[in-house]
Amino acid sequence: MSRSLAFVLNVPETPQDPEDSQEPSPYDESEVHDSFHQLIQEQSRWVAEEGLELQHRALGAGALGASGSDRQALLGPEGAPVYSTATLRILASMPSRTIGRSRGAIISQYYSRTVRLRRRAGRPQLRDVGRSARPSLRLYDLELDPAVLEEDEKQGLLVKELQGLTVAQRDHMLRGMPLSLAEKRCLRVESRPPRGKRRARGRHGLLSCCSRLRDSCILASHNLGLVLLSGLQALMPWHYALKRIGGQFGSSVLSYFLFLKTLLAFNTLLLLPLLAFIVAVQAAFPPAPSGSAPAFRGLELLTGGGCFTHTVMYYGYYSNATLNQPCASPLDGGQCTPEAGGLPYNMPLAYLFTVGVAFFITCITLVYSMSRSFGESYRVGSTSGVHAITVFCSWDYKVTQKWASRLQHDNIRTQLKELLAEGQLRQRPRRACGRLQQGAVLGLVWLLCLGTTLVCALAVYTFSELVIQSRVSAERDGALLALPLVVCLLNLGAPYLFRVLAVLERHDSPVLEVYVAICRNLILKVVILGILCYHWLGRRVGTLKDQCWEDFVGQELYRLMVMDFIFTLLDTLLGELVWRLISEKRSQRKGKPEFDIAGNVLELIYGQTLTWLGVLFSPLLPAMQIIKLLFLFYVKKTSLMANCQAPRRPWKASHMSTVFISLLCFPSFLGAAVFLCYAIWQVKPSSICGPFRTLDTMYEAGKVWVRHLEKAGPGVSWLPWIHRYLVESAFPIYLASALLLAVIYLNIQVVKGQRKVICLLKEQLSNEGEDKIFLINKLQRIYERKERSRVGRTEEAVMPPAVFTDDWDAQ
Amino acid sequence: MGNKQTVFTHEQLEAYQDCTFFTRKEIMRLFYRYQDLAPQLVPLDYTSYPDVKVPYELIGSMPELKDNPFRQRIAQVFSEDGDGHMTLDNFLDMFSVMSEMAPRDLKAYYAFKIYDFNNDDYICVWDLEQTVTKLTRGELSAEEVSLVCEKVLDEADGDHDGRLSLEDFQNMILRAPDFLSTFHIRI
Repeated sequence: MSRSLAFVLNVPETPQDPEDSQEPSPYDESEVHDSFHQLIQEQSRWVAEEGLELQHRALGAGALGASGSDRQALLGPEGAPVYSTATLRILASMPSRTIGRSRGAIISQYYSRTVRLRRRAGRPQLRDVGRSARPSLRLYDLELDPAVLEEDEKQGLLVKELQGLTVAQRDHMLRGMPLSLAEKRCLRVESRPPRGKRRARGRHGLLSCCSRLRDSCILASHNLGLVLLSGLQALMPWHYALKRIGGQFGSSVLSYFLFLKTLLAFNTLLLLPLLAFIVAVQAAFPPAPSGSAPAFRGLELLTGGGCFTHTVMYYGYYSNATLNQPCASPLDGGQCTPEAGGLPYNMPLAYLFTVGVAFFITCITLVYSMSRSFGESYRVGSTSGVHAITVFCSWDYKVTQKWASRLQHDNIRTQLKELLAEGQLRQRPRRACGRLQQGAVLGLVWLLCLGTTLVCALAVYTFSELVIQSRVSAERDGALLALPLVVCLLNLGAPYLFRVLAVLERHDSPVLEVYVAICRNLILKVVILGILCYHWLGRRVGTLKDQCWEDFVGQELYRLMVMDFIFTLLDTLLGELVWRLISEKRSQRKGKPEFDIAGNVLELIYGQTLTWLGVLFSPLLPAMQIIKLLFLFYVKKTSLMANCQAPRRPWKASHMSTVFISLLCFPSFLGAAVFLCYAIWQVKPSSICGPFRTLDTMYEAGKVWVRHLEKAGPGVSWLPWIHRYLVESAFPIYLASALLLAVIYLNIQVVKGQRKVICLLKEQLSNEGEDKIFLINKLQRIYERKERSRVGRTEEAVMPPAVFTDDWDAQ
Repeated sequence: MGNKQTVFTHEQLEAYQDCTFFTRKEIMRLFYRYQDLAPQLVPLDYTSYPDVKVPYELIGSMPELKDNPFRQRIAQVFSEDGDGHMTLDNFLDMFSVMSEMAPRDLKAYYAFKIYDFNNDDYICVWDLEQTVTKLTRGELSAEEVSLVCEKVLDEADGDHDGRLSLEDFQNMILRAPDFLSTFHIRI
């Protein structure tokens, strides 16, 4: 074109077609959309050649919905779009329409997936597997053109592909297919590898042998896994209990009990290496008893001292020599037992390594579960789809009681009303005055809470100094309980004070309230525990110079744990039972108290922190924690069923689980790990008890061993080398940190880029959708026009030609 | 755990185990639950693949389903002829998909079919209105219901065609981490 396109459309005055006067007909748009014009012409010609028969009924229905602009879908009486039969036929063969009950489409889709799987010979990445159930046209091989193949042939191809997968992958594929069970069984039977085929492969004998071996190994491990799983389910008889809790109170309360179960698993993981490598060995080779053991009085269960002191429970019992050594060199304090074939067992080294390895395993497991939970909760580029998520994902299918489901109905209704109200409120911006006022109240409440925390911390510090100065000895057992009592009282009372103060401030969202409450309680507990740690490692080590301070610290932690358990029981009794009785007497509308999920979870995390802090000084502490958690489960469950009701505010259960496990990892486990590292690296162990009594620091046991290895000979020289250049020197740590930081930064940039791409794709998607509607409507118009012209032609040949030519006048 | 049961052959149990997310013990437990629904109808011997369907009224009276507002749709989606009467295969299939081991895509697919009341492979405005009405037991006014449906379409309809396709639904489910924990029936 020599001159530039003039983007001014001439809308012709055509009184015969009133609906077209608003915008140009397709034939007028040739100046603007050249290719589109061609397409329409082609379609019309193709349709004319096919000679589609339009029914008169469809004509009537189509004519009804003919009014309306092109932007909206043509609507019939029920609100569903009404199209002519020809349009419907074309629409029915759109790729997106073939999903649904159509088995053929599902089979094609899974065929392409198994092809990809077999080619890659590995498990599909999570991001590749079926984000969309729609078979994309790219994935269609030439052989699998849906228009050509019958469903049976597609099934045959799928079966062949399934045969090429390993057994585990095939089972995984089968289970994930959205087909009915009978069809899956057919596929499974057909895709079993026929027995004769395996022997026919002569040339690839070795490969087939290896793959057969691998298959049988995988099958065996799969079966073993199933047996273990069913065994584990039999061990944990909580299936029905959890089902009842979930059924009556919903997923949010259930998340507390699931967290309890997780903590049980962590403690078991921690306890097993300790039991195997430290406790059992030392129990088999007991040291010589130093003096008579005191009689058992009931107070030992609370204080952990008395007759418990010189047992495997505490650090002081463990010997600092090599156990089971052959009688060549004299043992100090041990009997010479010439056991044939006994291995010498270096106790200090074993103690250090076992505690270190147990902590390391716990760390890895925690970080893994936290990152997995995090990955499920947060998505890149996710904008808020609150209404859609409330409508589709908020009904909890686990709920089984009538009144619980009524509560859910009420919750969802309230939530939807709140969302609608929020939407309207957002359109009206709040006044600056109100915001300032709210900010001031918020600041005041935070100041009060932090002030309370400071007061509690000072109280604990002063009391601990008082206890040191009053020189409490081991005889006055009862007085030892004073410090744990004070700590537990503060831990119980301060959160109630925080709750009272929180009534003053009014947050926009209930979730924010919960997060703020968790934050405040967490700060309180962290500060108190920090002061206690300073008290133990900083002050007690000094004052108990010629006694076994590690035993003392272990006993302190035991006392704290027991007191904590007692106070939790009291809190459950007072907080829930008594409140229910009071509120029933007053017959208020409020009824039963709500189960305080955040407070209870923080209690669990606090108890777990105490366990982790005390593992070094009392290896059997995880066993105490396990017993405590088991009791707690049943007590909390009974109290919940009898006294409480479900929380009124809806909770995002999975976000909460992520938050819980992150809290378990970051302040709790990290703090315990720091405490442990400080105790191992910096503090001088006591000189009269324990496996490290002759050393300057506990870590020296490792150094002594490395020096011993160096002297041993050139065979194991790589270990000392590793120790000198990788562990002792600081350079590898700097290098590793720098690399890690670089990797993190790169990942952040990649995520930013992905977000941008997601925005672009969303825009493109909405544009394509608009195009689709536009094209469908144009198609509909073409068919209508054709039908009208045919009707015009067939009605009467006597028709005046003026009307006929008017139809085609728009050219 | 020996083969003491006489309900299924060994191959049948293996097939069920491979095609669902249940172990042998759970499958037997589910079978007895199914049998308890209609003891006269369901035989205790399934080795000959009897063609037995438990009517919808009995399925809908199970304690796990009886207070669920979508129980009729669930039964219709998983039944063979879409009428709610379920064979043992349908029953196992239903609880397998609703168990906690089913992957997100599978659950999203069936959730879409459940919320698609008119079975036209799209969740249109009418489907949404039905869903919201059932969720709130009819306690929202008609105006509020239509407002909610409008907002849902605004948020989830990616291609702006006025209704939700399976892809729109799946994309929205991906943003909802709660879906796996709520779309779950314990049996």
